[in-house]
Amino acid sequence: MKVRVDPEKCQGHNRCYSLAPELFVVDDYGYASAAGDGAVPQELEGKAKLAAANCPEYAVIIEDEG
Amino acid sequence: MATAEARPPVEDWATDYDIFDPQYYTDPGPIWADLRERCPVAHTERWGGSWIATRYEDVEKMARMVPALSNEEFIVVPPVPLIDPETGEVLRAKPVAPPISSDPPFHGVARRLLLRAFSPQAIARFEPYTEDLAHRLIDEFIDKGQCDAAVQYAQQIPPKVISHLMGLDETMGDTFIEWVRNVLEIGATNPEIRVATGVQMYKFWSQEIERRRAEPTGDFINWLMDQDLDGEPMNDEHVRTTCGLLLVAGIDTTWSSIGAALWHLATHPDDRERLVKEPELMPTAVEEFLRVYSPVTMARLATEDVTVNGVTIPAGSRVLMNFPAANRDPEVFPDPDTVVLDRAQNRHVAFGVGIHRCAGSNLARMEMQKALSIFLERIPEFHLDDRAPVTWCGGQVRGPRSIPLLFTTN
Repeated sequence: MKVRVDPEKCQGHNRCYSLAPELFVVDDYGYASAAGDGAVPQELEGKAKLAAANCPEYAVIIEDEG
Repeated sequence: MATAEARPPVEDWATDYDIFDPQYYTDPGPIWADLRERCPVAHTERWGGSWIATRYEDVEKMARMVPALSNEEFIVVPPVPLIDPETGEVLRAKPVAPPISSDPPFHGVARRLLLRAFSPQAIARFEPYTEDLAHRLIDEFIDKGQCDAAVQYAQQIPPKVISHLMGLDETMGDTFIEWVRNVLEIGATNPEIRVATGVQMYKFWSQEIERRRAEPTGDFINWLMDQDLDGEPMNDEHVRTTCGLLLVAGIDTTWSSIGAALWHLATHPDDRERLVKEPELMPTAVEEFLRVYSPVTMARLATEDVTVNGVTIPAGSRVLMNFPAANRDPEVFPDPDTVVLDRAQNRHVAFGVGIHRCAGSNLARMEMQKALSIFLERIPEFHLDDRAPVTWCGGQVRGPRSIPLLFTTN
């Protein structure tokens, strides 16, 4: 599983960062992006889904790999 | 308040709603449920007239109608100018609190300025102060076995954290509470009090600016004075109105959220026990409290005719951003009136949505998490003291103003 943040949609709510701090980083203005290459370790897949299901801007996108 | 109590009761919430009515701010859920079915975009002539939506889809759409629904006017009652009673000088033609009161393109300039000061990393610097404050407040009443969780705890945290953040002494907290109540609570339906307090705030910020100009302090206010506005030099009015925003947007909003969460935990022992046993649920629990007890209803001004759910709202109308009702829409949130501490699907819009997302949301979330965690850690068992009433306050910011609690600690 991979996660990414659509920078066009993100408004800096930081809901993803609050719920899954392991998977996201935020810039100086509070806008989020995926940590590293966005790869989600298996044990954090639930948190990735939680982050996506809490974003009011639909900016957190999960891409399943296989 | 005499004028508020004297007005006639609401006949039909679809055509005559009143967000300052005690029935509305004490328990708005049933009113929203009725309107969602019967009249999802309601209208009232009260308080200068306004429109209100109750469905998530409509509220979300409206929040993104920028600038057709303009933020130039963001309070539910008609604006009044700020006039200095001593000189007769018009200090401000109408309320200004950038970026809440700004439309693009200036909105982006004012917003970027604040976002840096309110990013999660910037806010993390205030965690130790907030933790220490929460403990100090609890120390005051823990031996008594009783407290007013609104007055002695929830209400005390945001004004002192904001004072600390801005570089002011935390003893300013009490003055800030008074000002914010005069502007938002008592003043919402009483323009005289609102203006008198506005003038006081104007003069206070002017003095603070002058003081720093004479002797720099390196605090938030000083930092703000040293910033530019997209290449233009900072001006005193932008500093004053931004500082005013921090008080008006950052105090009774968060105090309402902390209070509502504590009221919920006092009246729902299962949730309280679960959160004590499973503190790792705090992040989702805080989002869920924000969803069910969203404090803030923003206002906008229609600058053109807009159509929402088949209803045309004419240009010139005041429109309410009913985020609290959107968050209780059963189409989006199953069992919407129930707090589910680990609710997974939760795209609540308590902080708004789109470009006007609350700039202070990271601060609010941090304060809520610290305030609730520390309270539950020190006082894990508590319930309402039935000898005194729980009171709520409402309007554009809704929350409990008195939460008498009894508890035993070991």
